[in-house]
Amino acid sequence: MEVKTASFERRTTEATTKVSGAEAVIKCLLEEGVDTIYGYPGGAIMPVYDELYKYQDKLHHVLTRHEQGATHAAQGYARVSGKVGVAVATSGPGATNLVTGIADAQIDSTPMVCITGQVGSHLLGSDAFQETDIVGISTPITKWNYQVTRAEEIPEVLAKAFYIARSGRPGPVLVDITKDAQFASLDFSYKKCSGIRSYKPFPEVNLLDVERAAEAINNAKKPMIVWGQGVILGGAESLLKEVVEKAGIPAAWTILGLSALPTKHPLNVGMVGMHGNYGPNMLTNECDVLIAIGMRFDDRVTGNLEHYARQAKVIHFEIDPAEVNKNVHADIPVLGNVKETLKLLLELLKPNKHEAWHQNFKDHYNIEFDKIIKNDLNAERGKIGMAEVMDEINKCSNGDAVIVSDVGQHQMVACRYSKFNQTRSNVTSGGLGTMGFALPAAIGAKMGAPKRDVVAIIGDGGYQMTIQELGTIFQTKVPVKIVVLNNGFLGMVRQWQQLFFDRRYASTEMTNPDFVTIAKGYHIKANQVTERAQLKDAVKEMMESEEAYFLEVKVEQEENVFPMIPTGAAVSEILLE
Amino acid sequence: MENKTYTVSIYTENNLGLLSRIAAIFLKRHINIESITASPSEVNDVMRFIIIVNVTEEQIKKIVGQIEKQIEVIKAFYHTDKETIFQETALYKIKSEDFLDDHNIQDFIKETNARIVTVTREFFVIEKTGKRHEVDHLYEVLKPYGLMQFVRSGTIAVTKNEMPISGILEKFNTTNSIS
Repeated sequence: MEVKTASFERRTTEATTKVSGAEAVIKCLLEEGVDTIYGYPGGAIMPVYDELYKYQDKLHHVLTRHEQGATHAAQGYARVSGKVGVAVATSGPGATNLVTGIADAQIDSTPMVCITGQVGSHLLGSDAFQETDIVGISTPITKWNYQVTRAEEIPEVLAKAFYIARSGRPGPVLVDITKDAQFASLDFSYKKCSGIRSYKPFPEVNLLDVERAAEAINNAKKPMIVWGQGVILGGAESLLKEVVEKAGIPAAWTILGLSALPTKHPLNVGMVGMHGNYGPNMLTNECDVLIAIGMRFDDRVTGNLEHYARQAKVIHFEIDPAEVNKNVHADIPVLGNVKETLKLLLELLKPNKHEAWHQNFKDHYNIEFDKIIKNDLNAERGKIGMAEVMDEINKCSNGDAVIVSDVGQHQMVACRYSKFNQTRSNVTSGGLGTMGFALPAAIGAKMGAPKRDVVAIIGDGGYQMTIQELGTIFQTKVPVKIVVLNNGFLGMVRQWQQLFFDRRYASTEMTNPDFVTIAKGYHIKANQVTERAQLKDAVKEMMESEEAYFLEVKVEQEENVFPMIPTGAAVSEILLE
Repeated sequence: MENKTYTVSIYTENNLGLLSRIAAIFLKRHINIESITASPSEVNDVMRFIIIVNVTEEQIKKIVGQIEKQIEVIKAFYHTDKETIFQETALYKIKSEDFLDDHNIQDFIKETNARIVTVTREFFVIEKTGKRHEVDHLYEVLKPYGLMQFVRSGTIAVTKNEMPISGILEKFNTTNSIS
């Protein structure tokens, strides 16, 4: 049976070699330029692992300690390298353990191909051992998925899987392969997929839209850019910089857009959203033209939509037509890959400075500095603050490290205080907010960018969700730096309990184990900081370590992250305390 | 914005799993599907889904956007009742004795252009194609006689305006053909 998603490639009579379905899987991965995959073996995927054994000199398989870890590692790898991450698991529980990572990759547009084993096709639907309907389960959280029941389908399906995962707005793809299809043989020939007739990765650019956008920007008195990950995914970082500089537009970022423009760039005015900076949030409701670039107006970015940028003309540069007018009405939608549309825009923009308007952002920053930042970095107060740790890391890294953050207070602090010089440096779980993401993602990030320092910033809660991946670090000797900011609480939930639930700390206090001993059990160098006086040297030692290093910092227990836009409030109702 | 009945027409590749992929888009938004049909379309190897939902125009626009985004969906449209020609078919199974003894029913069936499909000693099967209210009306008329079985199809619809599917596929073939 032919795969029915019609693609450009036609069957040819090229020379083929006879291989098993399992070997075809490996050959397809190699054809796609894959060098590292993350996974966990089991019954229904054993034929593929048997072939991996033969190909271990060509394909590095990283044995994670849980399939969820494999997906997050694949995501971390993809996010720093721009390549497709690959995760492999067996059927049943192996496959269901991938679900969180797949959902995370879907909402954060991360290119990933997951390959799962499935029970033999004659057993499908019989509730066989370790049978689960992973295609059914993963349907709403994949960009595409497919069940292979015949070996002959494998090359074409995997070619499509990689094409779909990486093209257009990227996303996760799952290919489920029955065990008999892995055992059966086929005539192998491989052709990369270059198009699918029912799938249009890039909408056509309408030059008129770009012209309208340019006109609105050229006439704007108070323009503001909010950019998202689309800039990074589209490889449009330098174009963004040129646009920002030419038209003199203050530019703010969503947490997934972070690092596309260097932190110290004078027109980089910080982060938007719930715990973003004061200026860009307040001035969202004062700008006359809001230029959204490769972002999707997440509710954590917009706050109350009824009071979001109502005064502004909204220009939305976006690759995915379904995102336009989804949450915020776009007065001028500009569809297309931002790499293409920003290039066209740049030509049409008139040089400008908007100095007074830019000064407005600086004034707001000064208010935020006095009320929050100064105190966050204050080395005189009682316990160590999370921002102080980030500050020490910045001093050692000079902004060149990849920062992988988990989810919660420390994530917001990491995003607010990290300094970045280059793109693809901030890896975090944004849309799904997956606790447990950072440790495995850091493993993948380090493998995807081996020459860069990779520092995982994790809370004591999230750390324990995937702590078993220390085993992966030990086994692969991947030199990641792990910082656990331990406040003994599920800090973000505790903060909400304090602010909105009258300090009823229901199930947020954690009795934690000795993290240093645990790390040492995995033969990972480990250290603990309890006093401020130790912090600087401890961070320095970690940053200089050639091998994996674990650093626990005991931080202030009941520190709150501010500024904060309470749920249901407008961006301009952002609280400073 | 008020809720309205919308007809969503979806042209797709004929692939396994697409039905649940499309249904999941409605489920995720807690929207009830009034009816759904799938059949071959006017284009070879292209399927056509017809889904009827009662939502606001803002909702249906977003849903159609999400549907079109699916890899194997070629194109999706939404239309109001005014823009389509639509029909439903229903089958009514009633006891032969009821039917034979009551001239009112016979007359009514003639009047409503219903059709007798099958006649046996035990039962008659009547078929009615038309608008929802016509099908429902016949149901109400026959109900007192003790309907043995009743079933109604999903709505099928064609649009008054042209559907440019062949053009879309043609464009694909001419711009990308590798023969």
